[in-house]
Amino acid sequence: MSEATKDAVAPAPAGATTTPAGESLTARLRRPAPYLWLAGSVLLLLLPFYLDRFWLQAGLFAMAAAIGAIGLNLLTGSTGQLSMGHAFFLAVGAYGYCILGGESSTENGHAVTGLGLPTWLAAVLAVLLAGAVGGLFSPIAGRLSGAYLGIATLALIFIGQHVLFNAGSLTGGFNGRPVPPLSLFGFTFDDAEVVVAAVPFQSSEKLWYLALAALLVSGLFARGVLRGRPGRALNAIRDHRIAAGVMGVPVARYRAGVFVLSSMYAGLAGVLLALVFQRTVPEYFGMILSLEYLAMIVIGGLGSVAGAVIGAAFVSLLPQVLTHYSDSLPLVSAPGTGGIAPGEASRYLYGAAVVAVVLFLPGGIARLKTPGEKKK
Amino acid sequence: MTTFIELLLGGLSIGSVYALIALGFVVIFKATEVVNFAHASLLLAGGYVTAVLHDDIGFWPALGVGIAGAAVVGSAVEFFVMRRYRGSDQSVLAIVTIGVDILLTTELVRRMGTDVMSLGDPWGDDVVTIGGVTLAETRIAAFLVAGLLITVFLLAFRFTSWGVSMRAAAENPQTAALMGIRLGRVSLSAWAVAGALAAVAALFLTVFPTPGLERATSLAALKAFPAAILGGLDSTTGALVGGLLVGVTESLATGYQSDLSFLGRGIGDLAPYLVMVVVLLVRPAGLFGTKELSRV
Repeated sequence: MSEATKDAVAPAPAGATTTPAGESLTARLRRPAPYLWLAGSVLLLLLPFYLDRFWLQAGLFAMAAAIGAIGLNLLTGSTGQLSMGHAFFLAVGAYGYCILGGESSTENGHAVTGLGLPTWLAAVLAVLLAGAVGGLFSPIAGRLSGAYLGIATLALIFIGQHVLFNAGSLTGGFNGRPVPPLSLFGFTFDDAEVVVAAVPFQSSEKLWYLALAALLVSGLFARGVLRGRPGRALNAIRDHRIAAGVMGVPVARYRAGVFVLSSMYAGLAGVLLALVFQRTVPEYFGMILSLEYLAMIVIGGLGSVAGAVIGAAFVSLLPQVLTHYSDSLPLVSAPGTGGIAPGEASRYLYGAAVVAVVLFLPGGIARLKTPGEKKK
Repeated sequence: MTTFIELLLGGLSIGSVYALIALGFVVIFKATEVVNFAHASLLLAGGYVTAVLHDDIGFWPALGVGIAGAAVVGSAVEFFVMRRYRGSDQSVLAIVTIGVDILLTTELVRRMGTDVMSLGDPWGDDVVTIGGVTLAETRIAAFLVAGLLITVFLLAFRFTSWGVSMRAAAENPQTAALMGIRLGRVSLSAWAVAGALAAVAALFLTVFPTPGLERATSLAALKAFPAAILGGLDSTTGALVGGLLVGVTESLATGYQSDLSFLGRGIGDLAPYLVMVVVLLVRPAGLFGTKELSRV
């Protein structure tokens, strides 16, 4: 678990490092934040040399989830628009990538269509596609608010599942379709072994750095959005829609815009997830996935980038940790043996965490240090 | 034509069950302004209690206990969770109900496993044929019971002091509190009523022709969400119309599935959501919902 928590803790104090202009160099050097950042980054960069495939995969899931959660947090946390349809956009990203980048082939007797574009282009287009689909939903996303939108977006989940199961020639139906490995500037993120410093690099190790870079860029971009003019507008819409409108914020346009942006984040997360899974199956992109993403941002902290990352690490690593140590944990047993399976145990834990965080820690884990901040 | 009438009547019957669920949902929203995503799990809880008990104590007592059980679970959620929230943002509370839903559903689904449980209803798979139109007895019972309950509820909402205090609280909580209405009790009773209605609905969602209580029942219960939304979240009339509309659409889409095969299999399950999206495109507040007007 340490790799993702380190990553998550590191950005948090960074928010506090807006140093006053007149501060001396020694005072700046005494602050802990830059060192934490440095240590965290070095640790994250070194991890693939030490961890085995299981933990690398777990970390990759956490990073992909973190990107998706950052996007959802822009929508739900910062703008107050509840979305239950996030899993749908993850599916659009994942399947979009497969369809655009994969070759036409025959799978289990079914013909599967693929456009066979260069995979890097397919990845970019898949993210844009997720955004475009989000844009199609904007007549609803722009006009509805809060929980209303939450129920409306439920429709997306069911539409998505229906299409994924039925459009067999595109999605491969129930069995899904294989994911073409990404190749970037002639470097392919596949299972072919490359030995770096006596450590064999397979897809997990290679993807690790890609995911890290993607997470960093997504996080910084979201932070930029939130700190700038759009972020203030979004927060204003959340806190008082009418006042925001009076101040000249085009409410519907911003709502639709942030919905598109969050869909694109989900699309990127979907592409990464597909690359890690190496096979996309429709069942994964159901309602439980959407609920997990909501749990992530609530547990981590609504409206903050660091919170989304912390929450994503917590929710997506929890089942992995419980599965790995199910032998030595009380109450948890392997699936199918009658006790509480690790998946269920983790669902209890994050379900309870959602309730507990909202009731006792408004602001989530990311704002643990200043619990009194939000009180009115 | 016979098929059409059969499908229409079947749709009205299942629609009245959706209306029952949606009504509970709307009551909670009106009383507390909380969108209750845990509603499907309340329903599952009521059905589960009935299914477990009916062998030992008979169907009717088991149903009674199931209804009471769901009401207790609903009030417990209100008392132990909702009431502890000190913030002012109601959409955050909606997320809390999602947390509650994850907890309740995980527990119930774990207990049920892959079983399909019977609720032990007295109707079985008997059918009635009137003028060439064949209907399952369960469907008739569903329609009558749901209609009766909805009527009783609406009358109570209009004429009893409980209903008056509920409507006052919905209108303006501060003023209502100043007039001596205890808001805690109002919201507690709203959750209890919603739970009880959901438990009755659970019975009719799991009787013939559906196989019984299983994991997928909560998915069926979810269809009450589009029903509530397309009718308008703050309108009891809307819940009724929305429920019936969803039921009829679903029934017709399932019945004429073979003619709609270009849309893929299982279009019936999707139809309620498609209707909701179309309605929301035209009327964002739902068919009967009050347009949001605000005074600054």
